[in-house]
Order: sequence, then C-alpha cells, then structure tokens
Amino acid sequence: MACEDAALPHGAVIALPREPMKLRLNRFPWWFAAIVVIMLVTTGVISTQPSFQQSFNFIKAGLSVTIVTTLAAFSIAIVLGLVTGLGRISSNVVFKNLATLYVEIIRGIPMLVLIFFIALVLVPASTSGLNALGSWLTGMGLGSIGGALSAIDNKGVPMQLRAVIALSITYGAFSAEIFRAGIQSINKGQMEAARSQGMNYWQAMRFIILPQAIRNVLPALGNDFISMLKDTSLVSVLAVRDITQVAKLYAGQTFQYPEAYSTLAVLYLTMTVVLSLLVKLLERRFQS
Amino acid sequence: MTDPDDIIVVRNVIKRFGSVWALRCVSVTIKRGRVVVIIGPSGSGKSTLLRCINHMEVEDEGEIYIDGQLLTQDEKKINEIRADVGMVFQHFNLYPHLTVLENITLAQEIVRKRNKDEARQIALQQLERVGILEKADSYPAQLSGGQQQRVAIARALAMKPKIMLFDEPTSALDPEMIKEVLDVMLDLAKEGITMVVVTHEMGFARAAADEVIFMDEGRIIEHGAPELVFDHPRHDRTQLFLSQILQK
Repeated sequence: MACEDAALPHGAVIALPREPMKLRLNRFPWWFAAIVVIMLVTTGVISTQPSFQQSFNFIKAGLSVTIVTTLAAFSIAIVLGLVTGLGRISSNVVFKNLATLYVEIIRGIPMLVLIFFIALVLVPASTSGLNALGSWLTGMGLGSIGGALSAIDNKGVPMQLRAVIALSITYGAFSAEIFRAGIQSINKGQMEAARSQGMNYWQAMRFIILPQAIRNVLPALGNDFISMLKDTSLVSVLAVRDITQVAKLYAGQTFQYPEAYSTLAVLYLTMTVVLSLLVKLLERRFQS
Repeated sequence: MTDPDDIIVVRNVIKRFGSVWALRCVSVTIKRGRVVVIIGPSGSGKSTLLRCINHMEVEDEGEIYIDGQLLTQDEKKINEIRADVGMVFQHFNLYPHLTVLENITLAQEIVRKRNKDEARQIALQQLERVGILEKADSYPAQLSGGQQQRVAIARALAMKPKIMLFDEPTSALDPEMIKEVLDVMLDLAKEGITMVVVTHEMGFARAAADEVIFMDEGRIIEHGAPELVFDHPRHDRTQLFLSQILQK
C-alpha cells in the first residue's frame, strides 16, 4: 500500500516525535510556577516567623466576612443582572429603558463612590421612605404592616448588609451586560424555531435561549465573581470588618506594615488563583 | 368568508423591509392537502411569503387566513396557529443543548400539553418515519446535515400540524445528503398533508408538486400545474429563470 496510515486501525493514535526542548520550555507556564513559588514562600514565612504568624492569625478573622459578603452580593447580583439583561433586549419600552438607565448610571460612577452613596444615602433614604409608608398605612388602619415598616430603623441596618446591597447593585449592572451579550450571541434561528412551534417568548427564552446563553457566559460570570471578591476590599471604607479592614487595623495598632499587608495580599492572591483555575476548567469543559 | 377547503388564503399582502419591497401585493389560495412548490430567483420574496404564512414576518398590508382564521397581532392566537403550522428551516435550527428526542418532545409537552410518555411515543414514531430512530439519544452536533434536517422534519411533524412549510430545506446540505431529505419529503407529499415548499430542487418540484408558483421581484408571476409552469411557461422571466437553473 502506498500510504502506511491506511493500514492503521480506526482511531489509532500515532505517536508524534517529541517536541524539541526549547519549544517545550517556551510553552511552560512560568508565570504560574512563579505564583506557586510565591505562595509556598509566604506559607513558609507565615508558619515560621512569629510576627507574620501573629498578623495572619489576626487577619484571618476577617475571612468569613469577605467570603459571606462576596457570596451574598454575587447571588443577588446574578438575579438582578439576569432580569436587567432581559430588560435590555426587551421590546417593552418601559422595561428596556429602565434597564438601560440602571446600567448606564452604574457604569458612569466609580465603585468606591457608589459604595458610599448606596450605603450612606440610598439606604437611609429608603428606610425613611419605608417609615413614611408605614405611618401612612397605620393612619389608613393597617397597623400590623404599618407598624412593622415604621419600626425599621436606619441605624439598625448593619454596615455589612449595606455593603452587600451596594455591591449587588453595582455588579448587577455588570452581569446584566454579560447576560445580554450571552443571549444575543445565540443564533436568531433558535428563537424562530421555538416560536414556529407555538412557544411564546418566555417559553422560548426559558427552554431554548437561556440554557444555551447561560452556558456560554459561565466563564465570564466566574471572572465577575473573582472581581467581586477583590472589590469586597472596598467595603472596608464602611468599617465592615473584612480582611482588608482587619489588616488595616492590625497595621495601625502594631506598625507592622510589611506583615499586615503581605499577608493580606497573599490571602487575596490565594483565593483568586484557585478561583481562576476553576474558571479555566469550566471554560475547557464547555469548549467541546 | 373563505371556502373551508382553502387552508391558506393570502390576500393582497404587501411587505417592505425599509425601502426594499419584499412582497408587492401577493394573493394566493392553497387548498387542503395540496403540495405547492415556490420557485424563483433569490430576493424574489418566496421566503418572505412563506414566513408571512406563520407570522414570522408580519405583513404591512393585506390579510392572511390559516384554516379560516385571520392572522392578527393577538400573540396567544398566533401561538395557537403556529402550533398547527410546522416549519422546516434552511439551517435546521435544532436545539443544540437537547438530545434528538428532547428536541422533538419539548414543544409537544409545553405547547400541546401532552404528557411525557405520549410525547415520547409520538417522537419515536416520527423518528422512525424519517428513518433515524437509532439517533434518538444523540445530540444534534453528532449528526450529519441530512440527519439533522430529518430530525427537524420529525420535530415539526410531531406537533401534528395541518400545514408544513419548508424554507429551502436542502440549500445548506452537502450534495450527497440532499436525496435523503427529499425522499422523506416525497413520502410526506404522498400522505396528503398540505405542504408549501420553497426550493431550488426542480426534480422534487416535478415529482411531488401539485402546483408550482414562480415568483419574481415580490410578485407571483406564474401559478399552475408543474407541467404547465415548467414546460409551457407563459412569461419570459419564467423561461429565463428556468433556462438558467436547468443549465446547472
């Protein structure tokens, strides 16, 4: 036979000659090795140096606040983002404009300013609004609901909850754009096929478009999650005791700046590296 | 009112896309059980006419009746009518995240409100009819183009439609797969379901069509039995088109 390959059984794997060493060295992810080395070195330092050990033990108390804030705010942001994303592409003029207004306002304001504004202006304004509604309802004879609304105290809304509200409103706008792009990336023929079978718009969205769109945007949402984890550091300006705030306190008390801030940085880096590895896995799984 | 035997009535329909006239006053009546093939050069409005029949495009002027019911903007009514009008697309448009079987059962369950077992039963029957029962649990991406299109036909048939619309069903297929799809369509034509087919397959038109419509520049130029339109076209434009397409 002229061609040897033809004699191979179907699906046989042909061993390729090994790549030259230089190519393989070029392809090696040196940056990742460097990150691993950094994390190993700092783990070593933290476990052997008493001053680092002390700062780590102090700062890790903020971990639960950072993680809980991230998870809570991200869950709300996803729901808000999905609804807003659907609004952005809606043919309903009111829905569409409200969604676009929301996204544009949030995108035009720095996140730090938004956190101050939402936590210290929007939340107090909403509570006094609810109070007014409560006393009006009580006046109307609906004391049971009215009383509960009047009883909401602005000072009673904890700063961590305000931080969660602020972050979810901010990230809701970001993820709305991800969802919108994801939905628009689905071939128009899918909606047509579903509608041609008699499904209404929402059935077609729910059963045909969204399952495909969400699958496509999972990696992007994962990256958003990582960004949010990092941005929770901003809530330290509200005196919420996340790891950043705790590290600041520790540094202020002990003047051990290198200990406090290297520990802090490595903590964030560890969390984000692990998460971005997960996102990469997700991407690879869905590429096939 | 319309004759109960007239399953599709298109009356004075005008459709524009911006400054382009897709349909310039089209009127046509299709009787129950007829197989009608629409031919014509690209941009002649054949696909637009087909898409107006199930309101995928909404006409600017004129009326369309499906089985005596006027198509209006009433969403609910349109959805009910669409369930009775199956459509097969050039690019198949199977749902890639669902298996072949799920592709066929989904709309049966949520639109026709059939239970799971019944929907599955009907889906399997239709898959057998188009000759790919063994692919029920595959995903669309694992099928060839011809197989995908046959699944798309089964998906439409499972709804038990009164009318089947085909929008260039073989135009996106590799040549060796065209026959398997046309064979399924030929069988269907013999079974007496009303079919409206936009296609460039003149062999299919001759073999299966009861009527042929030739369109050009948004108008119906010729409408009659295939022998008449193909062998004795009355208009120069039909002759020109046929000579061009038969040269290939």
